[in-house]
Amino acid sequence: MVTLVVNGKSHRLDVEPDTPLLYVLRDNLGLHGPKFGCGLAQCGSCTVLMDGKAVRSCTFAVSKVGQGKIVTLEGLGTPAKPHPIQQAFIDEQAAQCGYCVNGMIMQTAAFLGARRNPSERDIRQALADNLCRCGTHQRIIAAVKRAAVLMGKGA
Amino acid sequence: MATLVTTRREFLVGTGALVVSFSLTPGALAQTAGKKKPVAPTEVDTFLAIARDGTVTMYTGKVDIGTGIRAALPQMVAEELDVRLDRVKMVEGDTALTPDQGPTWGSLSIQIAGVQIRQAAATARKALIELAVQKLGMPSADLAVREGVVFVRAEPHRRVAYGDLIGDQDFNLKVDPAAPLKNPKDYTIVSQPVPRPDIPGKVTGTHTYMHDFRVPGMLHARVVRPPAIGATLERVDEASVRRIKGVKVVRQNDFLAVVAESEWAAVKAARALKATWSKWEGLPEPAKLWEHVRNTPVAKDDVAANVGNAKTAMAGAAKTLKATYDFAIHTHGSMGPACAVADVRDGKAEIWSPSQAPHWLKREVAVTLQMDPANVHIQYLDGAGCYGRNGHEDCTADAALISKLIGKPVRVQWSREDEHGWDPKGPPTLLELRAGLDAAGSVVAWESELWVPKADLTEWPRTLAATHARIPQKEAINPGNIHRNLDVSYPFPNQHSVAHRLASTPFRPSWIRTPGRMQNSYANEAFLDECAAAVGADPVEYRLRHLTDPRGIAVLRAAAMRANWQPRPAPNRDQSGPIAKGRGVAYVKYENTRTYVAGVAEVEVNKQTGAIRCTRFVVAHDCGLIINPDGVRAQVEGNIIQTVSRTLKEEVKWNRSRVTSVDWASYPILRFPEVPEVVIELINRLNEPPWGVGEPAACLPPPAISNAVFDAIGVRLRSVPYTPAKVKAALGAKA
Ligand code: FES
Ligand code: FES
Repeated sequence: MVTLVVNGKSHRLDVEPDTPLLYVLRDNLGLHGPKFGCGLAQCGSCTVLMDGKAVRSCTFAVSKVGQGKIVTLEGLGTPAKPHPIQQAFIDEQAAQCGYCVNGMIMQTAAFLGARRNPSERDIRQALADNLCRCGTHQRIIAAVKRAAVLMGKGA
Repeated sequence: MATLVTTRREFLVGTGALVVSFSLTPGALAQTAGKKKPVAPTEVDTFLAIARDGTVTMYTGKVDIGTGIRAALPQMVAEELDVRLDRVKMVEGDTALTPDQGPTWGSLSIQIAGVQIRQAAATARKALIELAVQKLGMPSADLAVREGVVFVRAEPHRRVAYGDLIGDQDFNLKVDPAAPLKNPKDYTIVSQPVPRPDIPGKVTGTHTYMHDFRVPGMLHARVVRPPAIGATLERVDEASVRRIKGVKVVRQNDFLAVVAESEWAAVKAARALKATWSKWEGLPEPAKLWEHVRNTPVAKDDVAANVGNAKTAMAGAAKTLKATYDFAIHTHGSMGPACAVADVRDGKAEIWSPSQAPHWLKREVAVTLQMDPANVHIQYLDGAGCYGRNGHEDCTADAALISKLIGKPVRVQWSREDEHGWDPKGPPTLLELRAGLDAAGSVVAWESELWVPKADLTEWPRTLAATHARIPQKEAINPGNIHRNLDVSYPFPNQHSVAHRLASTPFRPSWIRTPGRMQNSYANEAFLDECAAAVGADPVEYRLRHLTDPRGIAVLRAAAMRANWQPRPAPNRDQSGPIAKGRGVAYVKYENTRTYVAGVAEVEVNKQTGAIRCTRFVVAHDCGLIINPDGVRAQVEGNIIQTVSRTLKEEVKWNRSRVTSVDWASYPILRFPEVPEVVIELINRLNEPPWGVGEPAACLPPPAISNAVFDAIGVRLRSVPYTPAKVKAALGAKA
């Protein structure tokens, strides 16, 4: 049995301790924000926040989470009440297939949590390990800039 | 009439962020109970249903694989019917409810399916007006429609809503090809930027992707692939997975899979399962790929262009040039590996799939299941971006076969290695070109030869499941219409272009975004640049000199203007400093029948490392009537960024047995710091037909970047991808 705190709620779960956090979130808790993209910590699709830091949940064993507080895309906001980063992605229409977008938003959440007034260069660097195959990069950069402003951290 | 659309932020007012929920089970949407919904493209009821509350349901066999047709097709319907955009719901890709409008490929969703649906809407509108004439007792000339309500122009309080005229009833009408279309000058919805209905759900984790879909009693399966493409399965050691809870091994001939209740158990079992396979080394030596291509037997020759007498003109030319171009094997690299759910029981198959081609897939799955296609039902759900036939169809066939073998619903999730290693590939492409120039430097003779696999265009690639399970299926290869754009987009007086269609190709081929059209345009536009340089002409001026098509000229001029192009011949005279800068142009009329595109690439080349960075890419784009300008921009951005990645970095690697580039480390793609700024100029032509946008601009990066590198450092790159090693080798050869 493991205990997990996800989006402010505590869960006791009967899962194998070596199960990657991603499978527990998706299959046991029904949280589909984080996506399976590679299972190799190479693409960023599965990103969640753990104590405010971006973590690749596809290679993070659930037994290692311990007291760590997990936040998923669902924990940020809803279609009716989106988080400013989610709102910025809607405003910039920053998704084609949208499969990478969980990772982009969660990485951004960690980045903007620690950074004021990011330059475009900073943003590109912050997202360097998040891949997008559809070529939505330009809109994602614009969305992150907009989110920084919405969150009162822009210029 | 042409207008330039330059802004995209002011979305059409009043559309809000509607969330289209498409039903996961065949609903009885506006259909008379018990009656089967028509799906023949001749019927209005096939495409449209109007409910009593005025909601319009639109049915299409095309699917939104990330292209934004979920916004654009409803725009076309709302405009033609005169209803509010948020009243139109779209049902897509359900083989029981939607017409077969062909796979979602070839940039044809708007151009073919949209136009078909628009005509059905025009027919419906005409019929609704006729019903209103009876109801209101006024001639149609005195009636008008606003937001789904027909009213008497002079007495607007005399009105009747569509829902009261037809609500929940069938039209029982044939689509009338003569039903009048709205005059484009009256458009209020089409050509306006409209936000996509699925984005709020996608950015909040509430949108149901294929990967999120579950059915009760479903098991998780993983396929265990052979270590060599053509290996056969000799022995399976089931004891090797006994310690993993609740795992079952499934096998039919060389098809091997594991199923488990939990997904992680299935993953672990697939890794742990011990199996013995035969040795197989049927792939060509990687270093000898092009030799292999040249030595492959030719099944037939297709002549793509034969104008004047190229041979004679070449012999009489003042100057001749020749060059060889090659383009590597590419993988689709969808961000999420394929996934599917299948429930095959009692002679019936219920399938959920992210396939671009649900109606084709129904027949494919029927072959794999050895079942009547009438008993196969496919429902589409969004996968990760699809740019052609990737792993989706194979994964669906995997799920179907496993479900049939165990008699339970099954979900198959491909691994990254499955997707990179086993998706059908964009085939290797080789071209040779020769040009003859007259004394003034103009092209008088053009000859080209292309070596690509043959295409059985009505057949799908063989599914892996059927191949490995040794289920009979037709021997066929289909890489798509890869001969198109071999003919040039210029009226040269003497031309001869021939495609040598090879009997085989090393990897199971399929179509990847802009198949063949990208490779052919690459060679044509890079080689034309060589011609311009050979006579010291400015590359834009040289193209304009040969062009007569006014829309082609307009698009090329628009790109040059937006890029602030200053006329001068390439290469740039200043090549000093460690980082050399250059610019290159390309122009293509897509398939020489539709969308016009022109682009200017700006690059920086590091002369020490050989690394190329594309810093900016300017595109001018004329696809005729634009439905959703913001959707077009998104597609053009995607075309450019994805193709810059393919051009600079991508190349499938293999050994004699298998693909070895099976993850993002061994098959790198463009990352954020490397992505160019994309600048787009859209030309909207209200009175022209709407043409495709999902592929055409992807023709531009390979030639424009090659031309820009020549401008920067004076060497020609004739082999995609343009890796640092190739750049350094070219610089070394020049020195
Ligand atoms: S799925 Fe975790 S990084 Fe790719
Ligand atoms: S939007 Fe499709 S992968 Fe990024």
